[in-house]
Amino acid sequence: MPVLPAECLEESDPRFARLDEVIERYGRNPSALIQVLHEAQKLFGYLPEQVQMRVARRLGLPVSHVFGVSTFYALFSLRPVGRHRIQVCMGTACYVKGGEQLLADLQERLGVGIGETTADGRFELQAARCLGCCGLSPVITVDGDVYAECKPRLLPAILKKYD
Amino acid sequence: MAVTERLPLGRVAEEVRPEVELVTLTIDGRVVQVPAGITLLEAARLAGMRIPTLCHHPALPPEGACRVCLVEVEGRSNLVPSCQFPVADGLRVRTNSPVVREARRTVVELLLARHPHDCLGCVRNGSCELQELARQVGADPDRFQGQPSSVPVDDSSPALVRDPARCILCGRCVRACSLQAVGALGYAYRGLATTVGPAFSHRLAEVSCVACGQCASVCPVGAIVERDDTARVWEALADPARYVVVQVAPAVRASLGEALGLPPGTPVTGKLVTALRRLGFRQVFDTEFTADLTIVEEANEFLHRLAEGGPLPMFTSCSAGWVKFCEHFFPSRLPQVSTCKSPQQMMGALVKTYFAEVQQVDPDSIFSVSVMPCTAKKLEAARPEMGGGGRRDVDAVLTTRELARMIREAGLDLAALPEDRFDPPLGAATGAASVFGVTGGVMEAALRTVYEWVTGSELGTLEFAALRGWEGVREATIHLDGQRVRVAVVHGLGNAARFLRALEEGAPSPAEGPGQGRPYHFVEIMACPGGCVGGGGQPYALDPEVKRARAAVLYREDSSRRLRLSHRNPTVQWLYRHWLGEVGGEKAHRLLHTTYQPREPY
Ligand code: SF4
Ligand code: SF4
Ligand code: FES
Repeated sequence: MPVLPAECLEESDPRFARLDEVIERYGRNPSALIQVLHEAQKLFGYLPEQVQMRVARRLGLPVSHVFGVSTFYALFSLRPVGRHRIQVCMGTACYVKGGEQLLADLQERLGVGIGETTADGRFELQAARCLGCCGLSPVITVDGDVYAECKPRLLPAILKKYD
Repeated sequence: MAVTERLPLGRVAEEVRPEVELVTLTIDGRVVQVPAGITLLEAARLAGMRIPTLCHHPALPPEGACRVCLVEVEGRSNLVPSCQFPVADGLRVRTNSPVVREARRTVVELLLARHPHDCLGCVRNGSCELQELARQVGADPDRFQGQPSSVPVDDSSPALVRDPARCILCGRCVRACSLQAVGALGYAYRGLATTVGPAFSHRLAEVSCVACGQCASVCPVGAIVERDDTARVWEALADPARYVVVQVAPAVRASLGEALGLPPGTPVTGKLVTALRRLGFRQVFDTEFTADLTIVEEANEFLHRLAEGGPLPMFTSCSAGWVKFCEHFFPSRLPQVSTCKSPQQMMGALVKTYFAEVQQVDPDSIFSVSVMPCTAKKLEAARPEMGGGGRRDVDAVLTTRELARMIREAGLDLAALPEDRFDPPLGAATGAASVFGVTGGVMEAALRTVYEWVTGSELGTLEFAALRGWEGVREATIHLDGQRVRVAVVHGLGNAARFLRALEEGAPSPAEGPGQGRPYHFVEIMACPGGCVGGGGQPYALDPEVKRARAAVLYREDSSRRLRLSHRNPTVQWLYRHWLGEVGGEKAHRLLHTTYQPREPY
């Protein structure tokens, strides 16, 4: 079972007021749970515990029920996702030609582990299975843009393009 | 064409409808008529077939989670779960074909693949439904090898222990907890990663679990069980420096026999006392004594509130699960909850003060044990506001199930033991105290006293028919010297939640009278369905009739007693006169009343 981040949002965070509006818009109807969670995720980027508790209370549902739904559907995320998603190919060809080094370099540069998001929410780092462009190895992608024959020294320039 | 058998309809029919419609279907080649609206599982039971089940529980809505109850229906390519499949005219069902037997066996074998095989060390060994099921279908426990769950044991609650590794994901606890309107437990994740437990992997003590134990009483395996306090009690009993006393709640004497091989509804009061003496308890007291005391204090509190105009309605406070539920979910009602401690805690307080004084025992050497039908009593006894001077009122709480284990371990044959009586002075009780163990009983006992205090005359009949029975909410109006007093009895927290929400929405307007616009004056709430006879610490029972058999024992104890009004208990009267002082007085308040604290819902 994955360990979830302990997040602490301020009660005064304006996104809570917007979330409340969404819930009101659905008439506090518990059967609108999935839609509400969907909009909550758009607001917060993911579904932290405080948000799920808020949704649960206002819809009159137990948190356990909301949690059951948010962990059941793949479209919901329980951890922060970055604005930009970096994937480093770990297929055999890329791996042999330095993919692993790219991954290590990115981890150090961004200060995050694999599957994590930077504190400022800018990048999310992932190790990918073969991305299917072995001729261009080693490969990384950022938001789907492919960077072929990538070297650690090229990384700063690449990252700069994504804000 | 075979002869159509009309099956004896029994309870199933009554529960469906009196003017029941019949459908005709074929079960294993027999043409049978059964009531419309039931499931194939129930129809097969009527036809004398015991289809194995696991996630199904008669007290819970069906879920169809386990697929153990599969049967073949002609014309369907897949086997269907009989616990969910409704009967219909002309169905041809096979409950016992090779395909069905093989499928069921495989389902059970897949469950066993992830379930630990260390049955001998499990507290449910011998009472586990999975063991029984494996035996029934002839499962090979080693046919599949699965990855057992690595979620750690949760022993954060003073009442219950969850061991997710033993969980077979049947969801019974989830349904029980949601019927209790708590919803502390739920399914999470999916596929092989599926778990059952509180949200965000919290532990039970961190969520609004009220410790009612209804989850534990329906879990078919050892994945949610009461916290075992027998070791602490054995240890105290073996320590010559400790003065170990015990008290026994009413509902225990009506159910203990079941856990030791006697039929439901066997009263074991006298034998139970003997068993406790043989286990080594120095004094065997009766919680019914303090039930009488509770009634005296509570009736007095009620009459005060009635005279002073509130806060009303007054809610009873003996059910520890209800109290915790109110703190989490209806904190604004807390001022309306009676401040009386429960009988368990009143006894605990008296044992370490009054009894210690007259017996000249150092209260710190006393180890005070209670035997309760209830897991929430473990939580109640551990509440910091209970007790005084850093001393707990009650040191250890055993459930009926745990006491049965101790009796078995000691090699005592309950059925063969002679009868004995509770010890004076804290062992004398009236019939009013016995009915405490059934839903409606506290109200009935309180009204007997209130009526006589107010009107100065005895009630014609001591049994309040309107307050007995099994409806989730029952109510009555009594006339107290020209005042109309409306009372209600609620059992099961789901019913309590609906009842309180209706109150909030300003439901039915009150009878005229002193309630000043409040619809009820006095409300009994019990956390468990049926009251203590259905408590979360009672022997496991799938048959809902068992609760009624237990209740019948308590009603008989009441009607066979000479004294049936709490305030007439001579020992209670003596205690006030010589030691406690006034009813509701300063000393009574210090020892016998308590406080509550609002909590967050989770
Ligand atoms: S003890 Fe009661 S409230 Fe707590 S998890 Fe079990 S059923 Fe729910
Ligand atoms: S804990 Fe028990 S009742 Fe709950 S899902 Fe697991 S096996 Fe079923
Ligand atoms: S008993 Fe029917 S699906 Fe579980």
